[in-house]
Amino acid sequence: MINFNKFYKLFNIISLALIVASILLLFFKGLNFGVDFKGGTLIELRASDKNITVTSLRNKFINMNLGDVNIKKFGNENDFLIKIEKKDTSANAIEMIKKDLSSAIGSSFKFRRVENVGPKVSSELLKSGIIAIAVSLAAMLFYIWIRFEWQFSLGAILALFHDVIVTLGFFSLFNLEINLSIVAAVLTIVGYSMNDTVVIYDRVRENLRKFSDIKIFELTNISINETLSRTLITSMTTLLALVSIYLFGGEILKGFSLAMIMGVVFGTYSSIYIANPILVKLRVSQKTILKEDTE
Amino acid sequence: MLYFSKLRITLISIITIFFIFIATSNFQDPENSLISKRINLGLDLQGGSYLLLEIDNEPVEIQKLQNTTTILRNYLKDKKINFTNLRIKNKAIFFNIFKKDQQKVKSFFLDKESEINPYYSQYKSHQFDLIVEQNEFKLTLSKYGLIEIKTSSQDQAIEIVRRRVDEVGTNEPNILKRGNNRILVELPGLDDPMRVKSLLGKTANLTFRFVTQNNNDTFGAEILQFEDETNEALVSKRIILSGENLLDAQPQMNNQTNETVVSFTLDRVGAKRFGKATSTGVGKQLAIVLDGKIVSAPVIRDAIISGSGQISGNFTFQSATDLALLLRSGALPAPLNIIEERTVGPDLGQDSINAGIFAFLIGFLLVIIFMFIKYKIFGLIANITLLVNLFFLVGILTIFEATLTLPGIAGIILTVGMAVDANVLIFERIKEESKNEKNNIIAFDTGYIKSKTAILDANITTLIAAIILFFMGSGPIKGFSVTLATGIFTTLFSVYFIARMLTGLYVSRNKEKINLI
Repeated sequence: MINFNKFYKLFNIISLALIVASILLLFFKGLNFGVDFKGGTLIELRASDKNITVTSLRNKFINMNLGDVNIKKFGNENDFLIKIEKKDTSANAIEMIKKDLSSAIGSSFKFRRVENVGPKVSSELLKSGIIAIAVSLAAMLFYIWIRFEWQFSLGAILALFHDVIVTLGFFSLFNLEINLSIVAAVLTIVGYSMNDTVVIYDRVRENLRKFSDIKIFELTNISINETLSRTLITSMTTLLALVSIYLFGGEILKGFSLAMIMGVVFGTYSSIYIANPILVKLRVSQKTILKEDTE
Repeated sequence: MLYFSKLRITLISIITIFFIFIATSNFQDPENSLISKRINLGLDLQGGSYLLLEIDNEPVEIQKLQNTTTILRNYLKDKKINFTNLRIKNKAIFFNIFKKDQQKVKSFFLDKESEINPYYSQYKSHQFDLIVEQNEFKLTLSKYGLIEIKTSSQDQAIEIVRRRVDEVGTNEPNILKRGNNRILVELPGLDDPMRVKSLLGKTANLTFRFVTQNNNDTFGAEILQFEDETNEALVSKRIILSGENLLDAQPQMNNQTNETVVSFTLDRVGAKRFGKATSTGVGKQLAIVLDGKIVSAPVIRDAIISGSGQISGNFTFQSATDLALLLRSGALPAPLNIIEERTVGPDLGQDSINAGIFAFLIGFLLVIIFMFIKYKIFGLIANITLLVNLFFLVGILTIFEATLTLPGIAGIILTVGMAVDANVLIFERIKEESKNEKNNIIAFDTGYIKSKTAILDANITTLIAAIILFFMGSGPIKGFSVTLATGIFTTLFSVYFIARMLTGLYVSRNKEKINLI
């Protein structure tokens, strides 16, 4: 049996540090919002002319007077991702860009994907994304509160909060783009992390009923150990699936799968080192559970 | 838990075969397939254009206020009530009424039978709200009055949008209302929405009005620009003819001038009016005004009584075709703005499908290899279950003709990773139980029973997340939530029926074996 308890203090400090660092990052550095949430235009361009580079494209775009333009390579071959901040959704804005570009570099390119999001839509999408995450956290809180006792609910929600905040902090630190699919990933992380926590909690509850003489401090450790191989195997298979999406699923799914991979790692960690220490801190005992049973 | 009757085994087998059949029909030639249902591919996979249009209702509101002002003026005159200073300011109608008539005028507006301020009994509200301050009456559109305007202009606009999109002839466009002032247009297979966008961006409000020389035209006059934006002309506000009177419009080559023109045919009322106007106005210039700009202003040489005519302008064949199309489909009640556009080219869509399938195969292979190494024969059972699970998942998506998007494929791959969880939970529990219980049947049975709550809780939490995503997400993300949620149900079914049945069959034949799992 692995003694997880030994590291509670250390990991509690690490978790706290991670959360604080993430919040600071989110506050001061902020998130790199994509066109979904900030508005603007995104163009995925494929050049058939091998001489076209990020620099040459950037020079052409600067001449078009489109404000802030961000150009980077996107996957392999000669694919580029062009992000234009200017919120011009007039019907022919994209056509104008195409025209200007073909007069500058010839017709050896094509637009593989165009996304043009107006300021109104982007602020609505951002709002509904935040609401979706908040609602899902609330729903989880409520579900666990019904199925377990409030102490469990609090522990699970703090673990979830940790996963979401740290994942977002990671995105902020590495300046990774936040778009609609990242919100989907965060919600799935919420589901997954919860799933992981619940399995351990389920065992804690079962053991609380079984043993009246074991302190919660040790009981959580026993429960974590008993469910450990399941925790690892499931994390493993989920990660196998996610890593194959990340490596082979194409550029569009990269951010999404990366967020999920981090979520699974943080989620597994937080079930052990946040969700359970909370139970210890709140002095959960057999009485907590028995009260539930007699109700 | 482990015993399955013959009947149940047969039933489960039939269901499984049924879903395998449905799922595989997606890959058959639609011509020779028994089932016509297919999983739809989202715009991000088949390529296409997604346009979100917002109706700019302000002109409609202003028009409404202007019409109401006219009606009000006549109504008050009719009732012999003196009023002064009738005007529109800041989206409200103002007028002054003397003390003695105030009570009477108030009742004109607040009466449920009011002729000038319709009462909506379903909302318990009038079209206009009335505020009286001393002598001044102020009318503003009520909340429901505005909704009424919005929904009616949305109804009209969606009809016109549909006609215009249909005329362009893209395959199976999807045109839907969003809220009460938006219209969603999905155009599968269209990789350059330029033409549709420019067609939808025009209101196509066509009027024929005389060019006047002086400002004291009885109807008023306004200076309008020509389409080339260099010339302008003073045009009467009196409308001789509008787009509503058109029966048909077609692009045409004028043989004499070798110019492309748009020829039109008028309805009876239009033909009559046009005939009258042109016979009295010989020698005058008739301006053809489209969306506030003069297309051309030819001089009338003869009276046109045939009810048909031509619009000339500097048209190319394409622009003449588009104008004819716009005139045929009618004018939009209000301008439309494109507030969101997402276009994916067909080759990117195909690339996404290929990448998705490849990632799926790799993920699936890795998971089944891992499971087999970890659990041997039970790993095999879990893997068979996983495969059947996928057939269920694809089968259900097929039956409901769900839309598969790229995130949707990611959802399927994720399901592969997470679906084995239930079996892992069960197998791990059985392992624990086997430590104290030497009877295999009992150990397996207890394992299944004791792992149940954890499996249920774990899956419900994921389901909650998926449901919230479904309601909050849009387009591709919705596709993800659909596959994720469906995956949970098929997983539970396949684990508790397929895997349990196979485990039961295996265990009952090997019950004497030690360390079975």
